[in-house]
Amino acid sequence: MPVIEFDRVSYTYPSGVKALKDVSFTVEKGEIVVLMGENGSGKTTILKHLNGLLKPTSGRLYVDGLDTSKSTVAQLSAKVGLVFQNAENMFFESTVWDEVAFALRNFGFGEDVVRRRVDWALKFFDLNGYASQSPFTLSGGEKKRLAFAIVLAWSPAIIALDEPTIGQDSLQKEKMLHMVKLLNTQGHTILLASHDVEFVAELRPRIILVSSGKITADGPCEEILSDLEILRKCSIVPPQLVLVMDRLRDLGLSRKILDVPEAVKAISEVIGHKHI
Amino acid sequence: MKIIEIKDLSFTYLGQSRPSLKNVNLEIGPGEFILVSGPSGGGKSTLCRCINGLIPHFYEGKLSGEVIVDGLSTKDTPTYILSQHVGMVFQNPQNQLFSLSVENDIAFALENLALPREEISSRVSEALKLMNLRELADRSPLELSGGQQQKVALASILALRPKVIMLDEPTSFLDPASAQQLINTVDEIRKNLGLTILMVEHRVDMIAPRATRMIVVHEGGVIYDGSPREFYERYDSHLYGVSTPKLARLSYELGRRIEGWPGVFLDIDGFERAVREFASHRIR
Repeated sequence: MPVIEFDRVSYTYPSGVKALKDVSFTVEKGEIVVLMGENGSGKTTILKHLNGLLKPTSGRLYVDGLDTSKSTVAQLSAKVGLVFQNAENMFFESTVWDEVAFALRNFGFGEDVVRRRVDWALKFFDLNGYASQSPFTLSGGEKKRLAFAIVLAWSPAIIALDEPTIGQDSLQKEKMLHMVKLLNTQGHTILLASHDVEFVAELRPRIILVSSGKITADGPCEEILSDLEILRKCSIVPPQLVLVMDRLRDLGLSRKILDVPEAVKAISEVIGHKHI
Repeated sequence: MKIIEIKDLSFTYLGQSRPSLKNVNLEIGPGEFILVSGPSGGGKSTLCRCINGLIPHFYEGKLSGEVIVDGLSTKDTPTYILSQHVGMVFQNPQNQLFSLSVENDIAFALENLALPREEISSRVSEALKLMNLRELADRSPLELSGGQQQKVALASILALRPKVIMLDEPTSFLDPASAQQLINTVDEIRKNLGLTILMVEHRVDMIAPRATRMIVVHEGGVIYDGSPREFYERYDSHLYGVSTPKLARLSYELGRRIEGWPGVFLDIDGFERAVREFASHRIR
């Protein structure tokens, strides 16, 4: 049974902007799904539906069996942790430590559990040095990690991340990549919106392309990221390796190569000096 | 003639025990396009703040050494004067825009300088033209896309006619197509107007082929200053929190396996030529 089911969901903002048009897809438990598309395509609107911040104008959305139109944000938040693109919007406590503890206390965990989980989450994201500081003194990248730590601490079954790599340097991005994979092996279902193609290429998820509020493609990473035509339609810049391989396709190289070791091997075969 | 000279610069923020910049020395000539790279918290933003005078005029702390921009010492020059020599575009354009129309936003800083009305209107229309924003002049900046907003932010800086423009992760909130467009535009205005550009940016793959120089700031010091290509040839970029374009890694790895391989490439055209040349030799 799918853990997320969008059934012909349309959403119109109060301003009249039709952000989603007849969106249908399902996500199975334990999948990693990345929504890609240009700014304003509807990715964030889809994520905001998961924990009931937005409710379908028409159509139905089921999250872990709950019809979101008939459920509260509190009920849905126990199942879905959503990390916003602009992490700052979710902070309000006076210290980093209390910020992480807030949701846990709200869910009714005992103080021991709260302490253990907060310490663990802060350590995991290299934030333990900031425990007693105000969240607003953190740098952009650190705020993003704090938002992540908050959600991780209560360990919801579904984790939704909006542009997790924005403002992160390469080391943090790599950490983020490992963390998403780790959470996934622990059984969490992950839905994230990203236009960081290089990050997505390393994650190798299922990709759903969103354009003007509609789903334009849905398939495995290698297939979608090597389809230059469809990427262009959705204003997505292809991964650099795909562009390189495409230039050299007449030499027999495949666009479906997404990682460097594979590319090194394939190109070495084409240009290798066998006579040495 | 140098446009920016930094001598023995160190800075420690008020309340911090460790310096954020330690003994930095740099000389930058007019017209350079500099990619400033390095890990978060390494000192990139602090360096920018020293160049536009936000340090020491806005951020408090212990400053030593000297920063000269366009002949002016940043310590001794008020920020409203410095802002006419060095402009800054930030990560989130929404923090920089606030007026009811694009035109007003661009005019705002000029009005603050109490320039004559005709001068303001000619500079505004010049900036609109440079950034290709004429059609959006009457729109509210808040209803524009992120890429357009960043162009408005850049236009409002250009209207001040600075010689140096710094951009601190200007494409973070943009989708890749808009990011590439912004970087191309910045490079074009640099060439046309002879501006000096310093850009802090994680999207190295987009900017490295255009940058004339790369500076890596790590733990408060400049640990590399040279061409982007040489950086990826000589250093394990990974160790310094600098993102590595896939093409740089691919060409570096090929260099370790294939005798005579010309080294690291940052542009696809150059790489393609090299592969074709090698492939044709093989056939012969």
